[in-house]
Amino acid sequence: MSEHHDDGPVAAQTRHVEALLEARGLLDAVELDRALEAFLAGASPAQGARVVARAWVEPEFQDRLLADGNAALEELGLSMGGGIQPQRLKVVANTETEHNVIVCTLCSCYPIALLGPSPTWYKSEAYRARVVRDPRGVLAEFGTELPEHVRITVWDASAETRYLVLPRRPAVPVSDEAELAALVTRNGLIGTAVL
Amino acid sequence: MSRINDVGGMTGFPGVVEELDEPPFHSDWEAHVFAMNRALIGAGVYNLDEFRDAVERMPPAVYLASSYYEKWLHGIQALLVEKGVCTADELRVQQR
Repeated sequence: MSEHHDDGPVAAQTRHVEALLEARGLLDAVELDRALEAFLAGASPAQGARVVARAWVEPEFQDRLLADGNAALEELGLSMGGGIQPQRLKVVANTETEHNVIVCTLCSCYPIALLGPSPTWYKSEAYRARVVRDPRGVLAEFGTELPEHVRITVWDASAETRYLVLPRRPAVPVSDEAELAALVTRNGLIGTAVL
Repeated sequence: MSRINDVGGMTGFPGVVEELDEPPFHSDWEAHVFAMNRALIGAGVYNLDEFRDAVERMPPAVYLASSYYEKWLHGIQALLVEKGVCTADELRVQQR
């Protein structure tokens, strides 16, 4: 099924297509590597964690983040334009009684400009099919058991609008923003984990 | 009529398996497919919606049997032919 090795037929086909496009003057291998490196350096769950930690320590920022995700990102020097095209960001906050989970049932829409490439399970048919029908059951597969009184909302992303979960602040005696950011996990930002 | 990618709520899929410490890409070719697609969209060869459409109209059986970036490579190649950038013959790796 999947071909992950660089000496396999899919790898060879990829190199062939790339060489063809280089010959057409549509691609430059050096530029391609540079762009990829820059993208990966700028987009990782650490960015999402920064946003969350700021929201935890500054309630006014949290209000602005929930009201207009894109504008709040700019305050931190971040944007949703690092992807293929700029996208609207909607941040959804977990509370004592509300839990949020994100998915893209049709493909793989994800706040990639902010978090980097999504994990394989996020793009799997199993997750996309099942999390909208049985979110509680899917969360349990991640080891996340929520009390019955907590309502779960599943947000189905589109090409234009991406979602990010604002997890609840863990009950630990930490107040430093950077230390708080270190507690934020990618699954917490997707909603398949609580922190 | 829905396409095979429209799986939301579909039953019969197995449990979700999480890979611990998963890297952004599992191999070089995946990173290259990702970067190529961004470059081609950036150069205006096709746009994001055309790309999604090209992936989503894959034959259902091929779609389900392909890994994520295999689907992308499929979509890229379909569009390169349809946009007249190259021919299907040119895309075929020489078999020896």
